[in-house]
Amino acid sequence: MTHAPPPKLENVMVDSSNRRWSQLRDVTILYVLSIGAALTISGFLVAMTGNSAPKVLKALLDGAFLAPGRWGTTLSIAAPMLLVALGMVVGVKAGLFNIGQEGQLLMGALAMAFVGTKLQGAGLVLLIGGLTLGALAGGAYAGVAAVMRYRRGVPEVISTLLLVFIAFQIVGFAITTDWFLRDLDPNRPSKAVTSAPLPEGVRLPIIRIFGNEFHSGLVIALILAVIVAYVLARTVWGFKLRLLGQNVNVAQMIGVGAKKAGSLALFASGAFAGLAGAVMLAGGASSYRLTTGFSTNIGWQGLLVALLARSNPLAAIPMAVLFAALRTGAGFLAATGVDRKIVDVVQALLVLALLIPPAVQEIRMRRRARAAASGETSE
Amino acid sequence: MTDILAAIADIFTSPTMYSSAVRLGGFLAFAALGELVAEKAGTINISVEGSLLAGAFAGAVGYDMTGSTWVGLLFGVVGGLLVGLIQANMSHRLSADQFIVGITANILVVGFVGFLNGVLNPAARRASIIEIPILSNIPLIGPALFGQTWPTYILYPLIPLTWWGLYKTRWGLEVRAVGENPQAADVSGIDVNKRRRQAIYYGAMLAGLGGAFLVVGQVGSFDTGMVGGRGFIAIAAVYFGGWRLKGMLFGALLFGFADAFRLTMPVLGYRLNAHMMAAFPYVLTLIVMYFVTKEFRQPAALSRPFVRGLR
Repeated sequence: MTHAPPPKLENVMVDSSNRRWSQLRDVTILYVLSIGAALTISGFLVAMTGNSAPKVLKALLDGAFLAPGRWGTTLSIAAPMLLVALGMVVGVKAGLFNIGQEGQLLMGALAMAFVGTKLQGAGLVLLIGGLTLGALAGGAYAGVAAVMRYRRGVPEVISTLLLVFIAFQIVGFAITTDWFLRDLDPNRPSKAVTSAPLPEGVRLPIIRIFGNEFHSGLVIALILAVIVAYVLARTVWGFKLRLLGQNVNVAQMIGVGAKKAGSLALFASGAFAGLAGAVMLAGGASSYRLTTGFSTNIGWQGLLVALLARSNPLAAIPMAVLFAALRTGAGFLAATGVDRKIVDVVQALLVLALLIPPAVQEIRMRRRARAAASGETSE
Repeated sequence: MTDILAAIADIFTSPTMYSSAVRLGGFLAFAALGELVAEKAGTINISVEGSLLAGAFAGAVGYDMTGSTWVGLLFGVVGGLLVGLIQANMSHRLSADQFIVGITANILVVGFVGFLNGVLNPAARRASIIEIPILSNIPLIGPALFGQTWPTYILYPLIPLTWWGLYKTRWGLEVRAVGENPQAADVSGIDVNKRRRQAIYYGAMLAGLGGAFLVVGQVGSFDTGMVGGRGFIAIAAVYFGGWRLKGMLFGALLFGFADAFRLTMPVLGYRLNAHMMAAFPYVLTLIVMYFVTKEFRQPAALSRPFVRGLR
């Protein structure tokens, strides 16, 4: 291939600074447009039910932050969401799509419930043991997908998802079976079939600030977010994972075994989801009891948080708070007459909208490169 | 031991079993037929699950508005296609990751349908059963295959049609080329991503039709949880069949049998733990995937995005 003579330096500098500005402008416009489109569609849905969007927005804000005690609730929900998102980030960085967090989370909660209600011991030991076992259970559950992928080439996208449906039945089995986790206390407050509640000592300490309370799982999640960010960016292990995610062949050549590193990434990914489930239970979700619908979509929403944060563990923190806020805010929507499921639509639309700008940018860059290349060869 | 064998024999000679196996397997086959075409083009369309659900809901809405099963089915096709449009254009026009788009599309559909179902609350009815003379008199499989509600029969001509389209037309050849060696296809002048988009559209429309079939051809009502991961089982059926039409149909039928098995058992008075039975089709699917995936050669470019100049 022939190369064009190098352009004069000053031309390049002017050109590149102009280009940088126009690129920045373009990207901003793209983001504004796509987020605007997502919100417009959501607003249209609200209007369809005969409600005004500002009223709905106010209800969401009240429910998420402004009304007394609400931001504590928001933070309590943000914690497991962030944990799930961290797991997703670890997987995606390694090029693996574990989308079965909802199931791994249930297995984590199941392990926590088992340790908390069936084993004897000091409260703190049981709590730490339960959280650890919860993480291990989630990791092992995702490990099934790892074995299937690296032994037999089954895509983890499919296996992890099928495992979700099985996890729901395992939990159903556990809480309806007398010798397993079913609560047989005749004085239990409701007739619903659940596990026994975690005893007092095995619960996560509650933090109280300004009349708001949230469980200390938030602290665990925040610390882990920093650790994940550090490990991915600054350690050999993190480098190996990123390499694996970018190019399996190069990774293999350098000596990063796809099988070992990938399995480990899937396991870690599931372990975060499992820990999220254990934290939810020990943090007071559904009154410290394991129930059939225990996961309440936290797994799916955590997954979306990771996508929204572009697999950046620190960016996942505000995104988790945003999604948790939408969720707790939805609790106040009943008064306005809008179904709270509108929030599910808004969340997914936001993620889809944010996928568009980088993809458009990439195409533009490719076109520009191609134009430059063909310009060179035609000279 | 003899009791168990007798029970199994009892279940497998029950006409109900075969009839519901064809119904459930047929539902899977609609989705799997389309998914086969998409995967032949080299793209794993996991939003097939979303297409099924969107098709089912749209089908119920169409029926509710007009009272016509045909309109319901047509709405289903459109509903499925809408999801396919998102999937195809975001992953094969823009270059967003196909799995990320698929997952998000699935979650979006669940939200959308959940929300709209509360607003519209469509009611549907099951289409009438039409028995095809002579053929429906064959014992066991006769009524199962030819004594169903009439939308079931739409599936039968779609099978040879898909085969013809995929193996006997230029379009089909190009679709398969794009799934095997996109670089070569590109050089010979085929628009790779366009063929992939078209393959996804076809798959999404069939899945939408399958969803509508579930509502107006089988159940007779809509429920937000009615698809429940069957889209993923349809993908598993494609893997099971080794990316060949016959094998895929066999896979759909097998998973249909698994579903029918758990539904027929209680009807005949056999009791097993309900949760174990509910998990059975998914467990079976996983086990089958484990043993089958490596046995066949998949389309060489399966799930690899195509960007000119990159391998």
